[in-house]
Parts: sequence; C-alpha cells; structure tokens
Amino acid sequence: MADYEWLSEVRSMVGREYGRIYAWDEVNPAMVRQWCEVMGVDNPLYTDPDYAATTEFGEIVAPPAMLQAWCLEGLHMNNYPPGSTDENPYEVLGLIEAQGYPAVVAVNSELTFDRYVRMGEKLYYTTLIKEVSEEKTTALGTGFFVTQVMSFFSEKPEGDEKVGELLFRVIKFKPAQQPKPVEKSESAVPKIKRPRPGISDDTRFFWEGCEAGELRIQHCKSCNRLQHPPAPVCSHCQSFELDYQISKGKGELYSFVVMHYPEVPPFEYPNPIGLIQLDEGVRIPAGLTGINPADLEIGQRVEVEFQTFDDELTLPLFRPASA
Amino acid sequence: MNDNISNKAAIVGLGATEFSKNSGRTELRLAMEATLAALEDAGIDPSEVDGFSSYSVDKVPEYEIARLLGCKEVKFFSQIPHGGGAACAPIMHAAMAVATGVAKTVVVYRAMNERSWYRFGTGSYGFADTPIFENVNYGWYMPHGFHTPAAWVGMFAQRYMHTYVATSEDFGRVAVAVRDFAATNPNAFFYEKPITLEDHQNSRWICEPLHLLDCCQESDGAVALVITSADRAKDLKQKPVMIKAGSQGIADGQQIMTSYYREDITGLPEMGVVARELYRQSGLTPDDIQTAVIYDHFTPFVLPQLEEFGFAKRGEAKDFIRAGHHARGGRLPINTHGGQLGEAYIHGMNGVAEGVRQVRGSSVNQVDDVENVLVTAGTGVPTSGLILSAS
Repeated sequence: MADYEWLSEVRSMVGREYGRIYAWDEVNPAMVRQWCEVMGVDNPLYTDPDYAATTEFGEIVAPPAMLQAWCLEGLHMNNYPPGSTDENPYEVLGLIEAQGYPAVVAVNSELTFDRYVRMGEKLYYTTLIKEVSEEKTTALGTGFFVTQVMSFFSEKPEGDEKVGELLFRVIKFKPAQQPKPVEKSESAVPKIKRPRPGISDDTRFFWEGCEAGELRIQHCKSCNRLQHPPAPVCSHCQSFELDYQISKGKGELYSFVVMHYPEVPPFEYPNPIGLIQLDEGVRIPAGLTGINPADLEIGQRVEVEFQTFDDELTLPLFRPASA
Repeated sequence: MNDNISNKAAIVGLGATEFSKNSGRTELRLAMEATLAALEDAGIDPSEVDGFSSYSVDKVPEYEIARLLGCKEVKFFSQIPHGGGAACAPIMHAAMAVATGVAKTVVVYRAMNERSWYRFGTGSYGFADTPIFENVNYGWYMPHGFHTPAAWVGMFAQRYMHTYVATSEDFGRVAVAVRDFAATNPNAFFYEKPITLEDHQNSRWICEPLHLLDCCQESDGAVALVITSADRAKDLKQKPVMIKAGSQGIADGQQIMTSYYREDITGLPEMGVVARELYRQSGLTPDDIQTAVIYDHFTPFVLPQLEEFGFAKRGEAKDFIRAGHHARGGRLPINTHGGQLGEAYIHGMNGVAEGVRQVRGSSVNQVDDVENVLVTAGTGVPTSGLILSAS
C-alpha cells in the first residue's frame, strides 16, 4: 500500500534516539524485596544475603525481569528524576493519532538481559524509534505497528555499561467497525458462574431435590395444601408441620418474558423465563429451554428438565412437553 | 372524623434540585439543596424542623441533615422500606406525626445519584448464598438470570395482556401521553422530545413484552417537602396543600416484584388496599379526582392502577387509555410533569412534587380547577398513596 503523505514526517522519526531517563533510586534491596513479594518471586538469590553469599554472585542481585521497574516514574505520570530528558519518546504516536488512529494496544514487550544488576548500581535508559510499519489491518482495526527499543545502562566511571534492552511494540489504530472481543483463554479468565441461590433451613429440601432430579413441593401435613416457594410455616393454616411431595414436573406456561437487555454473563440472550403452573396447582418461575422464544405461548404444556451449571448448581428448567 | 389523618396536616414547602444523569455532587449535598429550598419556599427557619421522613435506598441519614440544619430537638424520624413503593408513605408518616402532635415541622426528602452511582437495572444487586431472607427469596429468580425490574414487571404484564387482550400499543399510549407532558416541562429530561406510538413500537426490546420506551429513566436528583399542621399552614407563604388521605398497602401473597403466586396476577391488590383506604379517609370517589400522578417506572403497571382506583373497570384500563382519558385534555390527565418516563426517576418523589404543584396551581401543565390530586407510589412492591387537596 502506498504511504500517506503525512507519513513522511512519521517515517523521518525512525532511527531517532531520545535522551536519558534516569532511575529515581539506586538498585536497592528494599525495592527488590517488595517487587519479589508482589510478584510472588521466592528465589532467595534476590532476598537472602546468606544464601546469595554461597552463589557465584557472592551477594544478592536484582531480578532481571525487574529491569524496567527501576526507571519508572512512580505514582505520578511523567515525574522523572532530575537530569532526565524532556523529550517525549511517544510523540510519534501522537502524530499518527492526529491522522485518525485513536486506539492503542501493546502487542510485544520483549526484554533482553546482558547481565545481572547488582545493588548500588544507578540505571538509566534511552529510547530508539526502531520501526513504523506499513498500514496493516488486523482484527482490532487498521493502523501502524510502532516499535521502540529502550536500552538500559548502568552508570560507571570507566564508561557506562549496557545491562539490558526492552523491545516494545504497539499498534496505533482505528478500531474496526465492530470490534471483536479479544479472545481470552479459558485458563486466564475466571469463568463467570450463575448466581447461587440463598438456601436456608426452610428451602434446603428443594435444592437437594434438584440435585436428586426431583421437583419437591412443600406440603402442609395439617391442611394438606401445597405451597411454593417453601417457607417455615404453611401460609394457609400457619402450621409448622411441613414435608414435601414430588411433583410430576408437568404443567402449563402461565406467563413468560424474554429477556434481551442488559446482557449479563453467563446468561445467553435472548433469555426466556417462564412462570409455570404445575399440574399439582402451585406456580414456579424458571428458565425455559429447548424452545424458540418466538414460539412461546401462554397455556402451552411444559415439563421439567434439570440442568447442572458450573458443575455445582442444578436448576429446574422447563421445556415444551413431549407428546 | 377523628379516626384518620385527613386534613390535619399540609405540605407547605417544596424544593428540588435539577434532575440529570450525573449531578456531579454528593447525595448529601443534593439533599441539603432540596431541603433548604423547601424550607425557603415555606418560609420556615431550618432550626424549627423537628421531624424527618424518607424511604429506603436513600443513603442520606436524617441525623446528618438535622446536624447541618442546626436542629436541636428532633422527635420523629422514619425511613420507610421498599424503595419507590414507599414514595408516598413519608408524607403519610409526617402527617401522622403532625396530626398527633409528636412533631410540628417535618422534612420529607429523597436524594439519590441513582444514574451516576447505582443503576437499578443491571441485574446485579449483591445477593449472596447465605440464608438471610433476601438471598433465599431472590434465589428463586437470580440463578435463572431472571433479575431485572423490567423482567419482573414483564411477567405480570404478559399475563395481563393475555387475560384482557391488551396490547403493547396500550402500554405505548401511556408512554406517548406522558412524554407529551414532559415535552412541555423545562425541568424534564425529555423536554421538547415527544414520542409517537410508532417510536414506542420501534424501540428495542428490553424484556418482552417491554420495549425500551416502556421503561422509566434513570436519574440523579433530590426533592424535599415540608409538612406542618393545617393550622400553622394558614399563616405561611404558600397556599397549603392539604394531606387529605394517605395509606400504605400490603395485600395477600405480597412479595417484592415477584408476587406471582397469587390466584390472579393481573391486578395490584396492594394498590387496592391503598385505594380503599384513601377513599375512606377522604370520603372522595374517583369522580372527585381531577388529575393523578400514577407511578410509571414501567408502563404496564399504570393500567391495573387505574383499575384499582376505580377509574376503569377491571381489564378496561386499555379502553380508558385508547380513549385518551389519561392524556392532555382528557378526563384524568396523569403524570403532568412527564412522569418518571419523561421528567426524571426520583423514585416517585418528583410525582408527589407535581401533585403539590397541581393543587397550588403552579404546574407547567396545569389542569383546570384542581381540587384533589391522587398520587401513587411504586408498584409490584408494598406500596403507598396520597390524596392531596386544595381544602
């Protein structure tokens, strides 16, 4: 694809080096210990002087992966230590954005280590604009990959010494018309479960029945009536003498809704919900399954179907009754 | 008539903030702005306040308002449960306190950043699986994803439509009429934005059978009222708005939004309780009411309310609405402020405010010769209602 005219200014920045950004603090054991604690790193080489003394280093060293952390500005943005450059190594992104590429996503962050960093060393880094790609179209949208290389140095009287490098690549882009959700692996993202019901001593039999594949309806031993939802007393005669009967799980649709908005995970939409009048005479609300929501009709025959969600919650749903 | 509160207390002050989607300030500040405006409107010094009443979900405590007003002796305070269903109840409680001499000057208030801080329609309300009652109760619904007010109302509405051959257009006619009033109310969010029945029918589904335009807004804002005795009201700045009748209502098989286990789910029997009590206290009939504020969080419940109050026979509210009796110029114009569909969702308290304005004669959509205004509170939950009168 031919370049846009405005890109020549952007391209002229490739190869440019930006000045030093210094670390606020010398490499020190306190920050190392805190970083290890936060990151869950338990290698004693970083935190235990006695152990470190037995290694080839003879003393604790900083975790290599902590390299970038030494030169971060801290809590307040762009608050770099005195002597750091005033130049903005990200100005190239501003130029691209100004042409209508508002979004940014980091796509690569590759650290290379030349050696371990030791306590007391004073670090800084410089930034090189390494590459601006052709215009590319990805699932996210259309834009430019911009690659920067941050080189990290340790200040030495005999001449500064390079200790590592960070290759950092972003895509600066116009989002696609309908951005697709970023694919997330099952393991990385905790699965959102269905809300679990509050279960009390008055209602436990119902939920245990679901696990046993039984639709249990509370029954009053005093007046012989059924009631749902279950309660500690009969709402007709206030008797505490209650047990349950097992419903045949058949009934008719007394009313229903089809939920569209808001779409709340983990539910699928449209989500049809029925109010079922069981043949035994009580009503029960439940999700509907195995039916096109457009075909729902008050009065239609339905039957229970127990489904287990998240390996832990069994619910009575209702489906159109078999003939 | 000593066995009720009729005409013993009056609303003498009205204050409100602007209504918005993001107030940009704390609920406490909103409450103070509305309260001070109401006291100013009444011409009553803040230090005279000796009673407070509000209703649940409001997070502003009355003691903090009392402290900031410089109140020294507060003898009555209540917070009534069930959110919008309680919208009329604080006025009733205030009237009871005043009528019995427990308090002399009561502030009723509502202050919430509902839109910018909470949002009631998200389907996520923090219920857990411990055995406290609320968790157990909502445990019949939440695991199925049956978890929004629109859906809970929709279940009643579907059965109502089926039983009485009412249609989505009938619900739409409620929305169209109410938005017509909002369109001429500069304080309404939907000022100068009327809708047509076609707009209603074309609006997206929230939960069948409810379209988007069947659902009220979400809003930030505050309203406050000042209530004192009928005697004292005579000497104050504003024309007194008499509290003619007030009642709360819980009926058989009552639940919060899910009273699905009653023999019939097409009515609102708790509103029937309120209606009978309001008529009993006031001695009035439906023909004595010139305009009404009928709680409109969702349009379908406007219909059975008209029936419970006797403006239409059971199942015939749709005919009342098709004839336009509820609209501008009709027999019973409802929600002349634009309702919660059109003005703002201040959980019903803005409806009480409109009732006050209609009696005072200061509504932007003033109905002629208003003597008595009916105001109802949230439906589907334990509820409440008021009749406000000129004398």
